[in-house]
Amino acid sequence: MFEGFDAIFLARLQFAFTVSFHIIFPAFSIGLASYLTVLNGLHLWTGKPVYLSLFDYWKKIFAVAFGMGVVSGITMSYQFGTNWSVFSDKTGPVLGPLMGYEVLTAFFLEAGFLGVMLFGRERVGEKLHFFATAMVGVGTLISATWILAVNSWMHTPAGYSINEVGQFVPEDWWAIVFNPSFPYRLVHMVLAAYLTTAFVVGGVGALHLLRRDIDTPGARTMFSMAMWMATLVAPIQIFAGDLHGLNTLEHQPAKIAAMEGHYDDHPDGAPLILFGLPDDDAETVRYSVEIPKLSSLILTHELDGPLRGLKSWAKDERPPAELIFWTFRVMVAIGFAMLGFGIWSLWARWRGRLYRAPWLHRAAVIMSPMGFVAVLCGWITTEVGRQPYVVYGMLKTAEAASPLAAPAVGTSLMAFIVIYTAVFGAGTYYILRLMNRPAIAIDEPVDSEGPVRAGGIMPGPSHGKDAADHA
Amino acid sequence: MPEFDLAFIWAGLIAFAVLAYVILDGFDLGVGILFPLFDKGVQRDQAMNSVAPVWDGNETWLVLGGGGLMAVFPLAYATVLPALYAPIIAMLLGLVFRGVAFEYRWRTHRARWIWDWAFFSGSLVAALAQGIALGALVQGIAIENREYVGGWWDWLTPFSMLTGAALAVGYALLGATWLNMKTTDAVRERARSFVWWAMLATLALIGIVSLWTPFIDPLYYERWFTFPTEIFSFLVPAAIVGCVWIMWQGMVRNRDAWPFLSALGIFILCYIGIGISFYPYIVPAALTIEEAAAPEASLEFLLVGAIVLVPMILGYTIYAYWVFRGKVDPESGYH
Repeated sequence: MFEGFDAIFLARLQFAFTVSFHIIFPAFSIGLASYLTVLNGLHLWTGKPVYLSLFDYWKKIFAVAFGMGVVSGITMSYQFGTNWSVFSDKTGPVLGPLMGYEVLTAFFLEAGFLGVMLFGRERVGEKLHFFATAMVGVGTLISATWILAVNSWMHTPAGYSINEVGQFVPEDWWAIVFNPSFPYRLVHMVLAAYLTTAFVVGGVGALHLLRRDIDTPGARTMFSMAMWMATLVAPIQIFAGDLHGLNTLEHQPAKIAAMEGHYDDHPDGAPLILFGLPDDDAETVRYSVEIPKLSSLILTHELDGPLRGLKSWAKDERPPAELIFWTFRVMVAIGFAMLGFGIWSLWARWRGRLYRAPWLHRAAVIMSPMGFVAVLCGWITTEVGRQPYVVYGMLKTAEAASPLAAPAVGTSLMAFIVIYTAVFGAGTYYILRLMNRPAIAIDEPVDSEGPVRAGGIMPGPSHGKDAADHA
Repeated sequence: MPEFDLAFIWAGLIAFAVLAYVILDGFDLGVGILFPLFDKGVQRDQAMNSVAPVWDGNETWLVLGGGGLMAVFPLAYATVLPALYAPIIAMLLGLVFRGVAFEYRWRTHRARWIWDWAFFSGSLVAALAQGIALGALVQGIAIENREYVGGWWDWLTPFSMLTGAALAVGYALLGATWLNMKTTDAVRERARSFVWWAMLATLALIGIVSLWTPFIDPLYYERWFTFPTEIFSFLVPAAIVGCVWIMWQGMVRNRDAWPFLSALGIFILCYIGIGISFYPYIVPAALTIEEAAAPEASLEFLLVGAIVLVPMILGYTIYAYWVFRGKVDPESGYH
């Protein structure tokens, strides 16, 4: 049934599908692991039970998300070999050790201490338990560091030479790891993970604040912490994103041209196209709404700064503008919405109405999944913007694939789609159900066996294993 | 004897990572394979809780094996994986299924049977796929010009089916001896009954595979039936018999750790046997360790880290196992 398809197209589709699923979970678990570390630390420091009950609340959600991240990540690591064997052979000497370091420094750390963090609180005591949580959190950050070094090198390769069999051979590891786009990507991604998680946590807090009957200290703490994160980090993220854009202009100008929708060269100042429909065949943007000179001002910090258009590259050297023009705009719009949210919450906080602002809370619930949308859109923008290359300027995607027949790739793609949809659909459902449960209000540490008081009014369902079924 | 350079050190490290994976994930996959044979409810909860805190760390060795292979033997990685395409995809999907079951199972009452089933079938598929992949590798892989040139059904042979079954049964033995060691009461009793069956079946399958292997390739025949390596033809089976004796003693004398440790011993001995057959090839009869190795600079860079980090990893892995030492408390778990 896949005879009519191109094996490379199917392999790309498979990679895009599996990585899109995968990127969601690390984005969430990076942020959540840090949040759990903070909660655990605050509990250790202040002794306030609210932090411990929040820790227990988010720990279960983390465990489900982390499990999905692990299993989808193992799939990713083997896909390089199964579907992209030429890529593996050629870039293995450079990228393999970086991924090896990711496993050695991050995966084992996370996996080793995850068990202690989830199950071992009674066995190891509070301080070691905090240490275990912190190790899981540090592990997620180290993991992000290595994987973004790998990804950035594919965008801005440096520090290598090419040997007689066509492999990339390392010359300078410092230059490979700290390649020109690495710092920008790393900061942008980690901040994105923090913001994404903050809006999820804030959305859950807001949901429970909206249900006045369970207006609990836990919900307030969640919402307040999340809104501080939005207030402080959203502006930093926009600034970091701008710097990343400048870096991309320097190293991947074709990607910027596609993101901005510039087909023609603008030697004396390019307009900012707010909206429009790019058409790669006709090489024009239809129905465009433009602000003169603004694109140049943003990207070159000069009104008359010159910008190259896509037409200055051969057709088979251009990334597809139709897609990334839009994904880029969606990402930016969500970023500014987050900034606006931070300001709104700051104003509500200043007025003393942070916990009694139903419209803010409703908006926060709607906003809660937007971080994931932004992460996915940002990822599409940068990865599709690298096309037609897999290693920018050096190795084309089409030349990197395994010598596989289309039916093989097609069949495995179908299997991935069916199984991922079922497995991760169920996981998402369980996470949402966990989030739907109240953030328990307690005055003393949670007794995992007995009933807990909800809002000091009545005994609620037990915190134990059957609670999810009652919720 | 070729000079003892970085490529050989790395071959040893990768072999260690794969062995660590096989014995560690082996017992938790084995618990999954035996899962439906335990009663619903408390028995299954106890079986799963015996591996829940450690399975994730166990599976990480698989990522190190794969990721390490790409780093230090990229050519082997790039030729073996396409050759074993179907079993590897099946293994990954099996691992997806069983991996999520650890959390999902506790999040639902009505649909628990689905995740019990996912835990079992995912574990079984992953075990079979790994065994089949091993068998296909032993049979050899067609490589020309740095590319896999065989068909995508080449891995499917009677021999690879046999190795698939052998590994799945061997994992069941590891799982049964693990549960014998880690659990109490009804779960332990049932696990003990599985130990006997799994031991007999494992020995039978190891025997058939061992007798078949030397006739697959002249290289293997030479290894096992010419001096000096034929010494191992007596030593390895003798040591396996020793392990079986320890396992039997452990069972009848209620020393619950002995059967598990001797099952590990059997796995390690079989693994050494495979190593004797393969050396100095990494893909038998196609790629030697030297030919597949990455440039010196790559081997060196990662080795510096591995020397420091692998002992640390072993340290905190042992710590994590130590935290959860002893029999599983039937009431424990955070769920």
